[in-house]
Amino acid sequence: MASPLLSRVSISNATAGNTISFSSSVSNGLLWRRSIAFPDKSSRKVSTVQAKIREIFMPALSSTMTEGKIVSWIKSEGDVLSKGESVVVVESDKADMDVETFYDGILAAIVVGDGEVAPVGAPIGLLAETEEEIAEAKAKASKSGSSAPPPPPAPAAASASPAAPAVAPPKSAASAAVPDGPKKIVATPFAKKLAKQHKVDIGSVVGTGPFGRITPADVEAAAGISPSKSTGVNVVSSVAAAPAPAPVAAAAPKAAASPAPPPIPGSTVVPFTTMQAAVSKNMVESLSVPTFRVGYPVLTDKLDALYEKVKPKGVTMTALLAKAAAMALAQHPVVNASCKDGKTFTYNSSINIAVAVAINGGLITPVLQDADKLDLYLLSQKWKELVEKARAKQLQPHEYNSGTFTLSNLGMFGVDRFDAILPPGQGAIMAVGASKPTVVTDKDGFFSVKSKMLVNVTADHRIIYGADLAAFLQTFAKIVENPESLTL
Amino acid sequence: MSSLSLRISSSVAATARSESDHRLRLLSSSSPTVATSPALHFCGLRTEALKLGANSNRWKVVSAAVAPQNGSASDEFDYNLVIIGAGVGGHGAALHAVEKGWKTAIIEGDVVGGTCVNRGCVPSKALLAVSGRMRDLQDEHHMKAFGLQVAAAGYDRQGVADHANNLASKIRSNLTNSLKGLGVDILEGVGTILGPQKVKYGKVGSSGNVITAKDIIIATGSVSFVPKGVEVDGKTVITSDQALKLEFVPDWIAIVGSGYIGLEFSDVYTALGSEVTFVEALDQLMPGFDPEIGKLARRVLINPRKIDYYTGVFASKITPAKDGKPVMIDLIDAKTKEPKDTLEVDAALIATGRAPFTKGLGLENIRVETQCGFVPVDEHMQVIDADGKLVPHLYCIGDANGKMMLAHAASAQGISVVEQISGKDNVLNHLSIPAACFTHPEISMVGLTEPQAREKAEKEGFEVSVAKTGFKANTKVLAENEGEGLAKLIYRPDNGEILGVHIFGLHAADLIHEASNAIALGTRIQDIKFAVHAHPTLSEVLDELFKSAKVGRTGSLGPEMKSSPILHWLKSTSLVQVWHLLLSKFST
Repeated sequence: MASPLLSRVSISNATAGNTISFSSSVSNGLLWRRSIAFPDKSSRKVSTVQAKIREIFMPALSSTMTEGKIVSWIKSEGDVLSKGESVVVVESDKADMDVETFYDGILAAIVVGDGEVAPVGAPIGLLAETEEEIAEAKAKASKSGSSAPPPPPAPAAASASPAAPAVAPPKSAASAAVPDGPKKIVATPFAKKLAKQHKVDIGSVVGTGPFGRITPADVEAAAGISPSKSTGVNVVSSVAAAPAPAPVAAAAPKAAASPAPPPIPGSTVVPFTTMQAAVSKNMVESLSVPTFRVGYPVLTDKLDALYEKVKPKGVTMTALLAKAAAMALAQHPVVNASCKDGKTFTYNSSINIAVAVAINGGLITPVLQDADKLDLYLLSQKWKELVEKARAKQLQPHEYNSGTFTLSNLGMFGVDRFDAILPPGQGAIMAVGASKPTVVTDKDGFFSVKSKMLVNVTADHRIIYGADLAAFLQTFAKIVENPESLTL
Repeated sequence: MSSLSLRISSSVAATARSESDHRLRLLSSSSPTVATSPALHFCGLRTEALKLGANSNRWKVVSAAVAPQNGSASDEFDYNLVIIGAGVGGHGAALHAVEKGWKTAIIEGDVVGGTCVNRGCVPSKALLAVSGRMRDLQDEHHMKAFGLQVAAAGYDRQGVADHANNLASKIRSNLTNSLKGLGVDILEGVGTILGPQKVKYGKVGSSGNVITAKDIIIATGSVSFVPKGVEVDGKTVITSDQALKLEFVPDWIAIVGSGYIGLEFSDVYTALGSEVTFVEALDQLMPGFDPEIGKLARRVLINPRKIDYYTGVFASKITPAKDGKPVMIDLIDAKTKEPKDTLEVDAALIATGRAPFTKGLGLENIRVETQCGFVPVDEHMQVIDADGKLVPHLYCIGDANGKMMLAHAASAQGISVVEQISGKDNVLNHLSIPAACFTHPEISMVGLTEPQAREKAEKEGFEVSVAKTGFKANTKVLAENEGEGLAKLIYRPDNGEILGVHIFGLHAADLIHEASNAIALGTRIQDIKFAVHAHPTLSEVLDELFKSAKVGRTGSLGPEMKSSPILHWLKSTSLVQVWHLLLSKFST
């Protein structure tokens, strides 16, 4: 270990009982020597490091090691370290090894984060001797390390450090989460972990769990990320809800299955694909929402005429209907809202129309974002792209799970009307049937044949009431029956 | 050819210093014991180790070809042996007593099988089997690495609970049937010692029946220890007894105590979706484990899971959930006793250890005073009375004596006592008894931890070395995608004595026995390192571990090192010859 970068080297069991060393009686110590080096400023000529900021280097754990992977940082930024404490776990080809510090100080900045790789001798973190130097070290870290995570707000690090020295690392996490303030904060273990991970101040999170406790979902909401559990494919069923799923409704959320009747001889059992399982899960989840349905007849002669005109320009019926729905939603924001917790309305800032598409063996809902703002041609273009991506299974999560309203059209199959299931997280879904020539009577009693299409909207009655939906449908019908505005 | 029994016994004695004394002898070839099945007695190699530790002792149990039936007692006593308590310890002792041809009875006041079978190791293994699979199925990354696609895993709580319950009933009936099959009398009721060699049994309050026995073994076991201030309601504040029934899976459960019971339950609960908070009175989680193994275990079993913990605190008061309030746990500093915090959780599991169950045993009738509830015994498990004198014909095994609170330790103690009574001096080497924690991955250990070994070395003036092997380089481990693991060997470099082995990793509980057997038989590293392990298997982790140990290099055992490759060659060639000989016998 004659590297000039390594100013001090600790060899195997000589110093502490907990060091990683394979066969401590090895005299030459070639293989499992463990070292960490914080160069003295004197021995490091290249660096312009200020007085007491030391770099933590990627140690050479074996004679052949050229680079190392950080398994995990045991300490977090702002933690107070004392000499001999394990700071970081580095992976070698045989085992993960704890690397300990040679100096007392404060872990000011992590330059190479968990899971990242750095060459031997490269700085992976910065150690400050005093609190005052933390900011300086951070500045240095953000300059030097391109892969450095954004430094957390300085006050957080500073406030965490003074009390910590005597406290074991895990406890400092726990006690940081439970400050001595007048307000008692109750957060679940995973919520605390998430808060630390996403650098969310747990004191600022409003708990919605039982007894007002902060749940992992609360922290995720505060961090502005979608819940990790439901990252699966967001799917809706546009299939008629024929078999009454009442027994499933009674099942507890976690219960997997009530005993099924024995299979009929000769039948085959095919397990769900991931997408099918996601559909199944969403469908069961939808049972917790009280929904109702409102149907409405819409005359489409003018829309059909418009469609014939714009079809050569690449406009599809889906785009026309999505645009019409989006324009109607713009006038009835409550139908574009959703109810997340049974207590509040969540009004969505944009109108994103999810459109159900059957793809081989599954169902997916590509989303036309800001459908009210894009013009018909752009929307059609966008739709074409989305469908291609969906067929190639290349949709990004935000392209299928950001919908605020869903459209499902089975008209092309000749279905005259059907009933859709409301996908979780949305307020309403529209089921569109086929447009068929129908004898209608006008108000004067004259018969005529007109194209009529039945639409049926399923909505969450916790936030959307009958009158809301009726008004929305009336607007929608007006737009469809006078479709000129669609092309504007 | 019906069955062949092959008995390998030792003939070669060699000390660590003079391995050149190894000799090979083929003692006897074939001596038919049953008409159609010739039993081949083949004498292989064994190194008679230097007896250094006072407590190193070898088993000399040779299983009999025909299981003997319960014998008849002398006219003087009703039974040769009466065992109070039909747990795993009592069962082991009873079986061995029957083998000796003794008339044996076992008294059980509750259910056959005791804690282990009904409320401990057995049902918990069923839950852990479920949690292991849930973990695998939920680990998307792991499954993807195999190229497997698994739909979201779910579980049916009742189904899981039934599995645990069914397993316990099955093992219980196996145990009962084996006792009955051998003719052991199972006497129902609470056993009370009336005086020397005299026991009463029967329902509490009834007059009961009095029996006499030449020897008596107390094997009454233990119950969950509940500290004061803790109100167990069996629903939201529970002990392992209720937790094993898995009547509900709370969203958030506090586990008081982070020993192996607490750890195993944290594995079960987190796999089933609960979040866990540990409350540990000592300064570190997992006290009792080798510190290094504990550290790695924390990194794998605690940190990445939905678990947090408080260390250095006592749960001074635990109130079950009621009147619309959650379970409240008051924490005080373990040292200063000052209030630290209050936890509000959905459930609390008290896993603070186990207390001996010796109430109603009638120990006062023979002037025996328990120490913290434990029955004091000597190294032969013979009970010591208040004056420090041995009580004749009275022994105590298992949790009730507190020497080593493990089911298999109780059973081993029981067998040792039977040996002792039958006139063969027998002291059980507790340092050869392995222990395991069945988390995912598992933890196992035998012998001393590193700090214990270093302390002993300091006192007795010898050197201690440590060898370690990671699981990452093992082929089978890599095939299973379960690279996290460490095996650690603590040994004497001067003579190759194994002081302790600690394993954390896939199937650690099954791997430990190579080490525990080596300790029990006094096998030294310089010998066991030549043992062959099938490839590719997990056991190669231990193979590598033994091979990485450096014996004799720092000591004065140079000649041995020189001669051992030759010896190794000699052994293998001689063995090959013997095998050929045997094979030719078989084929004729």
